[in-house]
Amino acid sequence: MRPPIDATSDDQHTHSLPDSYLRYEHRRYGMDHDRYEWSMLVKRKPVEWPNQARIALWVVPALEFFPLDTPVKPFKAQGGMVTPYPDLRHFTLREFGSRVGVFRVFEALDKRNIKATVAFNSEVARRYPFLMEEVTRRNWEVMAHGVDMAKLHYSGLDEAKEKAQVQESLSTLREMSGQPVRGWLSPARSESFATPDLVAAEGVEYMCDWINDDMPYPFHTKSGDVVAMPHQHWISDTTILFFYKQSGADFVQQVKDQFDTLYAEAGEHGGRIMALTIHPWMSGQAHRIGFLEEALDYLASKSDVWSATGSEIMDAWKAQQ
Amino acid sequence: MKSDPGLYDYLPYTQRPKIEWPNGAHIAFWVAPNVEYYELDGPSNPARQPWPKPRPDLVPYSERDFGNRVGHFRMMEAMDRCGVRGSVSLSVALCDHHPELIEECKKRDWEFFSHGIYNTRYSYNMNEAQERAILQDAIDTVQKHTGQRIAGYLAPALTHTERTMDLMAEYDFLYTCDLFHDDQPFPVNVKKGRLISVPYSLEMNDIIAYNQHFVTPRVYRDWLKLNFDRLFEEGKKSGTVMCIPLHAYAVGQAHRIAAFEEALKYITGHDKVWLATGREIAQYYYDNYYDETVAAIADHKKKYPPRVETGGGS
Repeated sequence: MRPPIDATSDDQHTHSLPDSYLRYEHRRYGMDHDRYEWSMLVKRKPVEWPNQARIALWVVPALEFFPLDTPVKPFKAQGGMVTPYPDLRHFTLREFGSRVGVFRVFEALDKRNIKATVAFNSEVARRYPFLMEEVTRRNWEVMAHGVDMAKLHYSGLDEAKEKAQVQESLSTLREMSGQPVRGWLSPARSESFATPDLVAAEGVEYMCDWINDDMPYPFHTKSGDVVAMPHQHWISDTTILFFYKQSGADFVQQVKDQFDTLYAEAGEHGGRIMALTIHPWMSGQAHRIGFLEEALDYLASKSDVWSATGSEIMDAWKAQQ
Repeated sequence: MKSDPGLYDYLPYTQRPKIEWPNGAHIAFWVAPNVEYYELDGPSNPARQPWPKPRPDLVPYSERDFGNRVGHFRMMEAMDRCGVRGSVSLSVALCDHHPELIEECKKRDWEFFSHGIYNTRYSYNMNEAQERAILQDAIDTVQKHTGQRIAGYLAPALTHTERTMDLMAEYDFLYTCDLFHDDQPFPVNVKKGRLISVPYSLEMNDIIAYNQHFVTPRVYRDWLKLNFDRLFEEGKKSGTVMCIPLHAYAVGQAHRIAAFEEALKYITGHDKVWLATGREIAQYYYDNYYDETVAAIADHKKKYPPRVETGGGS
């Protein structure tokens, strides 16, 4: 996530800079763009969750399809293909999630009565309709997660194409789930400057890409405000186990620490949200599922926790604004 | 290009004037939160791009924004509980964007020093007039918003030119945080005037620990304690400096803050620790050790003349 600092040639320091480099067009109060207002979390009005719960627990398994022919440009989503074509090892390792891992994850949630909001690539639903039924029969929420992990949203993608991707994802998922599909998470959290407008135009009410808050806030689009939901990034299974390459025990510890901090803050500042993202291709492996279960045991053992879907949390928050 | 920047002379750790910090403290301890503003879509510098992916590169942009919206207060309150004032490494444009944050730091009598205008505007390729302009902008902006004349500098995103240190001395800065060659303050060779380096630290820097070394919050906590233990012990012979550079967007995450506070409690739970700011350490060093050290450098050079030019030949 770090901006690249490496030198790539010996003469990068021998250029000149136009004086416009010292002009600061957006140096003003608030943000340097118009998508949302500047706001400090501690200064906001406290929120109350149903039954005085301190924590809204929002568990988000992501069901992803990584095409074998994923292009290298503009960049590959985390978990994408690695070797020259055909990369059978990574293709199948990700497919493992939808064939085997997902059932371990769902069972772990069932046993602890934890609800899920399942982020679907629409291609997963089209390829494996059984998985959609597994979600809808539990009355869990279906959230749109784009088309697949190769169909990214980014500047440089033709806007008509991007619009078609948004519509394809939402229409497939709405038709197959019978749900309104109110939430959106972009593949790889990547957006173009137009993505929020395109997504909101299709009636989506909340988006989860931006990782700048621990609570919801209004996010401006051409079709009115949507709610930016705090879908935490640094505490997900792939961040800790795949990006940082830390251990399963380290994952459990950090989930517990995350919960404890948010729980303590909720005592002072009002309800908080604990979001946990799970990738079945990662956590669903036989040697890792036990760590996810241990983390979930900890969350399920706490009182004052409200297991809720993204829409339920958003509605409760909105009602108090 | 040079093979050595020539910014300091060689004086072995074991051969220096003995440093004694105020009240017999063994160690001067300071915490430097980086309070930064990154632009979503600012101009490009030919030497470095602000973001790795096509803009809007919202994951790294928004994670940094998290620091200002959420993480800063967690970090600040942990420091409050341990009685530690911050020395803020400030993207000075943040005074315009988020004055409320500046007020919170002011209320706590924190120090502000310059970390450039934005952390997405790099010094590389600036001509002298441009580099002077950003130093003056930083001095004026911080003066206007905080009443403080800045004394310290950490170049924006640690980007420099060959003239940066000379200009800092010319603009009456007391100290630079850009050099990582020592565990004690040390004179910096500049064309005119005086400048010293105050140990900042890349090793204890939260974002380096988390995002380069990929450590867990508890391992980071242990690194901080180990670094402190050794510097405290050695400080009994001659005073040392420990700095923890922070980024609220890293250390202020809910799963990290408690482990950090444990380390801070451990450090501040010791006697003989001087809880200082960068400016206080620099001023004390000028008042008590600068001249003596300069004399010791000359003396060492006579006894052990280097056979090649080092330290800029001063």
